[in-house]
Amino acid sequence: MKKNAIEIKNLDFFYGKSKALKNINLNIEEKKITAFIGPSGCGKSTLLRTLNRMYDLYPGQKAEGEINFYGKNILGAKIDLNLLRSEIGMVFQKPTPFPMSIYDNIAFGVRLYENLNKKMMDERVQWALHKAAIWDETKDKLNQSGLSLSGGQQQRLCIARGIAVKPKVLLMDEPTSALDPISTNKIEELTNELKRDYTIAIVTHNMQQAARISDYTAFMYLGELVEFGETKKMFLKPERKETENYITGRFG
Amino acid sequence: MMDLAIYKRRKTKNIIGLFLSNFAMLLGIAALLSILFVLFYNGFAAIDFNFFVNSTPAAGSPNGGLANAIIGSLMIVGITTLLSTPAGILAGIYLSEYSGGNIFGSITRFISDIMLSAPSIVIGLFVYAVYVSKVRHYSGYAGAFALSLIAIPVILRTTENMLRLIPVQLREAAFALGAPKWKVSINIVLRAARNGVLTGLLLAIARVSGETAPLLFTALSNQYFTSSLNKPTANLPVVIYQFALSPYKNWISLAWGGALLITLTVLLLNIIARVFLKENKTA
Repeated sequence: MKKNAIEIKNLDFFYGKSKALKNINLNIEEKKITAFIGPSGCGKSTLLRTLNRMYDLYPGQKAEGEINFYGKNILGAKIDLNLLRSEIGMVFQKPTPFPMSIYDNIAFGVRLYENLNKKMMDERVQWALHKAAIWDETKDKLNQSGLSLSGGQQQRLCIARGIAVKPKVLLMDEPTSALDPISTNKIEELTNELKRDYTIAIVTHNMQQAARISDYTAFMYLGELVEFGETKKMFLKPERKETENYITGRFG
Repeated sequence: MMDLAIYKRRKTKNIIGLFLSNFAMLLGIAALLSILFVLFYNGFAAIDFNFFVNSTPAAGSPNGGLANAIIGSLMIVGITTLLSTPAGILAGIYLSEYSGGNIFGSITRFISDIMLSAPSIVIGLFVYAVYVSKVRHYSGYAGAFALSLIAIPVILRTTENMLRLIPVQLREAAFALGAPKWKVSINIVLRAARNGVLTGLLLAIARVSGETAPLLFTALSNQYFTSSLNKPTANLPVVIYQFALSPYKNWISLAWGGALLITLTVLLLNIIARVFLKENKTA
């Protein structure tokens, strides 16, 4: 039985007066990976940032329409943004470790919403680092600064930080574009692991990556959703000419 | 065809330019070094054990030290630090994280910039008018108040500038975990900028510890040791000012010693600040 974590209906998005998303309709299925592809400026990152209302930090940006997160419209006025973001985590393009120890990087988010004793917190930190496949590299230096890790390790630390608060959905905005192939590979394996427990929405510039890891792919162009469907079908037999052109590298 | 004359002309101009700039540099350094040399020569002669344990001598009496002025300065600058640090840092956080370019923020920033360049004697007169003249006596607290008015804009502006250097992605990452804004500002952004903010703090302390004019109308001075800042309080800059202008040999010598002490303190604070800033860059 298919169940949707997020249902987007008639979504428009504005940066001031310019319209960046036009009438987006799309469902993100629970415990699957949905990839968003398209040329730069097509609105895929913008779309991702509406899902945890990150755009709310900036005056002048606004979304219209409906985004239902397990049946609740998160664009509504009564939504508590902090609570929403604790349930919909996000990993960014550049690794952003906090200026504190590896341990505290993980514990920071957990402490916001849970009151764990020392032992339980230790377990949670270990669990999250383990899940993000970085435990072996960090277990001996949990007290060192998160900034002391390499770029790829920092990104996995950020993923660990994101899942430590046990969100329902994890948004990933080009999580591997700043990383080397080996780190990229590790994070791709990781997403496969994570989808057993989490719903993942990932924006990527890398078509092979979308093909490798996602269950569903959405192709966006100029703020519109051109085509959306199962990844296999999208890459083998796209319905729209634009999709085919983009996937085969003829534009974009 | 290459015209060698053009090249030669440029080369000559270059030599003249280099000569002029080196000459200007030597002039500046020579002035600075001669000041330092005279200061060290006269200052070290004055500094001995008595310098640190005896209070300022009465006019005409021999020997004496600057103990009361050193302690007084430490207390006044200490209170200044306690007053201006929270005010400056919190205001800096407001300007960088909360004002978002609103009119109140712009006005605050503008006034703070004016305060930065206001002559310090004006600050002293202001505190004299609103505080000293009302309570009808000079006091160390009034001095600390005046110095705080000088330190706050320095701390505020460096805090704001340092916080603005922190990439917006770091803030977003914290918000993305569901952290409330005050926590993002204090625990993440301020923390990431802490070395830079600390540098600004140290430079502000260094700046005020040599200020004389604001203390002339506020703390004034005191020939004796006092542990109460509610009385006129001896402090290094004003004692130096008074003693240096006196006819007594031992007073003038003590003034040199005090000047050296302040210079070394400011130098030390600047070095510490530089070390912190360097760490900030590599982190």
